Amino acid sequence: MRLDFFVSQYNYWVVIFLMMVGFYILISRGNLIKKIVGLNVFQTAVFMLYISMGKITGGTPPILVDGGHGGGEAAEQVMYSNPLPHVLILTAIVVGIATTSVGLALAVRIKEAYGTIEEDEINRIEAETEAGE
Amino acid sequence: MREEVIIRVGAKFLAPFIIMFALYVHFHGDYSPGGGFQAGVILAAAFALLALVYGLEAVQKVLPLRFTRMCAALGVLIFAGVGVVTMLLGHNYLGYNALASDPTHPEHGQHYGILLVELGVLVTVFGVMVTVFYLFAGRGRRGS
Amino acid sequence: MSIVVDIVLFTLLGATGFALLKIRNLFAVVMLAGIYSLLSAGLFTVMDAVDVAFTEAAVGAGISTVLFLGALALAGHHENRPGHTPLLPLVVVVVTGGVLVYGTMDMPGFGHPGNPVHHHVADHYLEESYDEIGIPNVVTSVLASYRGYDTMGETTVVFAAAVGVMLLLSGARRARSRASPGEGRDTGGGAGKGDAG
Repeated sequence: MRLDFFVSQYNYWVVIFLMMVGFYILISRGNLIKKIVGLNVFQTAVFMLYISMGKITGGTPPILVDGGHGGGEAAEQVMYSNPLPHVLILTAIVVGIATTSVGLALAVRIKEAYGTIEEDEINRIEAETEAGE
Repeated sequence: MREEVIIRVGAKFLAPFIIMFALYVHFHGDYSPGGGFQAGVILAAAFALLALVYGLEAVQKVLPLRFTRMCAALGVLIFAGVGVVTMLLGHNYLGYNALASDPTHPEHGQHYGILLVELGVLVTVFGVMVTVFYLFAGRGRRGS
Repeated sequence: MSIVVDIVLFTLLGATGFALLKIRNLFAVVMLAGIYSLLSAGLFTVMDAVDVAFTEAAVGAGISTVLFLGALALAGHHENRPGHTPLLPLVVVVVTGGVLVYGTMDMPGFGHPGNPVHHHVADHYLEESYDEIGIPNVVTSVLASYRGYDTMGETTVVFAAAVGVMLLLSGARRARSRASPGEGRDTGGGAGKGDAG
């Protein structure tokens, strides 16, 4: 019974572990580009969570067998994995890269304005500018 | 990388195949994995490869930034335009059944609608990816 | 068989995640991020999401690596040692992870065909889509037809992101030579590096 439960849930736990690795990179590192990498790791782990929810053991990818033309007995027996999470994640990946590029562009502009992309150095420069005014 | 013969020849050899593969992925997306999103990214990757090997200026002669910027907007316009056309034909927004030439087979209209909409996605994703790549790659040079 | 592939891929993903955490040369980090994407694409294939795997391989391991490298060329590739102790982030991460694991206790088991997620619209898509849409790839027909508004929104978001990058990066590099606040900041960090402008 316990092993059963483990086998049925371990996928989610590993995904959560990966999610937390990304989250840890995001909040513990000061370098802005490293933070964006962490965010990407987090994001990919969320995608994995969705896809694992759509998986059916023994299923096949949701592309209709035999071009959808009935296919008789054999095609009736085929079990397909759930296509809905695939659609949601497919678009999310492309939107993810688009938002990542905005983040990178911001990092580049910060580098040009402050000469660094390290969070603590930016904070120090900000504090010095405020003290100077 | 201007001097590396193998990379130069290899990239020149690969690029047409990558572009061809992108078009295959796009137009065969109804029957196998693929579609506008993937095709757009693969198409952009072909030009990114050429730009990495031959330099940004050479690629921008073929595919200027003005054009890719236009592509990014044009794709959204195609997508939204399909919706407007179906509305003008008396159906719902993005109700592709309106596009069928034979009203007894509405699924033909769906086929055309999906191809057009995916074309819009392809054009936008391609335009956006190449534009963003140009901007990042071009930023270092213009200033210095 | 698929469970073995599953475990191998997950182990490699975990190892890549740790390497991402530890390595401070950002070039190596970007390459590892590409490997991470490719591994997750393999995992998506094992879980029957072939379209997603395709996209992840093209986007995550292809274009995104190129964009990261472009950004690194502009922003420098060395990461400083983290200044503060990692204790607080660690606590936050452990607590969040614990809450999420607690949440999975009530989740239906992985891969069971009877899970509620498979029985609302998914049934309809799989059974009716060939008659209604006429193409075999269900993912494409859901993407472009059933959820067409959704996809249009996503396309618009991608376009909007490009507009954002254009606004941020297509101007001249004048920030370094600008008078007042810009000058004050220049003296603080990495002076002498910015010979542009």
